[in-house]
Amino acid sequence: MPDFMAEWLNENDIFNAMTLMEYWGGMVTTVQLVFLSLVIGLIIAVPLAILRTVRNPFVSGPIWLYTYLFRGTPLLIQLYIIYYGVAQTPGIHETFWWVIFREPFYPALLAFTLNTAAYTTEILRGAIIATPNGEIEAAKAYGMSWLLRMRRIILPNAARRAVQAYSNEVIFMLHASAIASVVTIIDLTGAARNIYSRFYAPFEAFIFVALLYMVLTFILVFAFRKLENYLLRHQRPANS
Amino acid sequence: MFDLKGYGPALAEGAVVTIELAFLSLALALTLGLLGASAKLSGNRVLIGVATIYTTLIRGVPDLVMMLLFYYGGQVAVNALSDYLWETREIDFFFQFDPFISGVVTIGLIFGAYMTETFRGAFLAVDAGQIEAAKAYGFSRWHTFRRVMIPQMLRHALPGIGNNWQVLLKTTALVSIIGLTDMVRVAEEAAKAERMPFHFFIPVAAVYLLLTAGSELFIKWLDKRANVGVVRGN
Repeated sequence: MPDFMAEWLNENDIFNAMTLMEYWGGMVTTVQLVFLSLVIGLIIAVPLAILRTVRNPFVSGPIWLYTYLFRGTPLLIQLYIIYYGVAQTPGIHETFWWVIFREPFYPALLAFTLNTAAYTTEILRGAIIATPNGEIEAAKAYGMSWLLRMRRIILPNAARRAVQAYSNEVIFMLHASAIASVVTIIDLTGAARNIYSRFYAPFEAFIFVALLYMVLTFILVFAFRKLENYLLRHQRPANS
Repeated sequence: MFDLKGYGPALAEGAVVTIELAFLSLALALTLGLLGASAKLSGNRVLIGVATIYTTLIRGVPDLVMMLLFYYGGQVAVNALSDYLWETREIDFFFQFDPFISGVVTIGLIFGAYMTETFRGAFLAVDAGQIEAAKAYGFSRWHTFRRVMIPQMLRHALPGIGNNWQVLLKTTALVSIIGLTDMVRVAEEAAKAERMPFHFFIPVAAVYLLLTAGSELFIKWLDKRANVGVVRGN
């Protein structure tokens, strides 16, 4: 380590074991929140995307409305509506839901899940309707049922087409999760805000957390590149 | 109309603040995007390096963290500068770093990075023959850029600019967190005071929806106009 850095680390009283543990706790919360909302959001989005491509407007219409509303308004407002709205719902304080929703983590999880599900639905829908007609005709010619066609032909190929847009959505979600700190969740940003207000040291507190987010982002970018390579391995040129 | 409990004028003023914030940030983002794209395509290694670091940094850090850094850090930097100027030169210099400026700078910087990528792609999409033709007519580099590249690039950039604008519009809500009294902030205060979250947040959400839907129509119209001479093959 260069001398000036060692000196600086010795002199600073911000990055001690206590604050580092605070950052670590924030990182765990951020990763949990983002991971859970993405997984649940994806599970919701797959059937919604399939139903969104159905011709019947009574089926696809409500899903269109849902994605339109959640994509057309800021996530922060969705979070506020759910966070403040749940506490104001009459009678909720007597039910067991209150035990869960009293913690700010769950309203935030709900808001993030609904938001990412809306975006993911549209990404998947775009990938599904881009299926070349020939593939569907070939599957029909083989006598595949609708379900089998969906499972074996349409969805796997749609996943290949969607993975790049989805990786952007994942990174967007990681960055958007920073707003969890405004509803008193101590995520990474929340930890940084606490440390900032304790030491009045904005540069140390926020630049450090920015670096942590960057590390998380680049891990995701790397992982998605690997996944993309794997999914598109049949398109790789021969002998490479 | 339903009753906004006397918060109606404040909400309307907040909406105006949101719109001003969005347009100023857009202007900054477009400028930075144009500069960034020109730098990336300049062939100069230093400029390419600077532009690449800029876009990479921005894409790695959440918008809120950047906003907090600029807002709180900006004030600390101004304080330090003010102390320094007073101690060394006895110059009395101070200003309060306000959330509006921090918001415009942060959002402008963030979307400047996205615009850089949009413009870069659009510049590359301009037919090389057009540039050769401009050269053959004896256009200077600047002239080619302004008369040939920019008008033709904009057509390709339009859908990307539209997408960035939609995201930018929704990002303006974050500035309420650092204390700007935009409509989100007013709604939050009203919702807390009156204990009526739906009553105040849903109208604000509706305004955002109106803005995004209106922009969508406007961009579609612009796109149609810009591509008026293009035959869409299929």
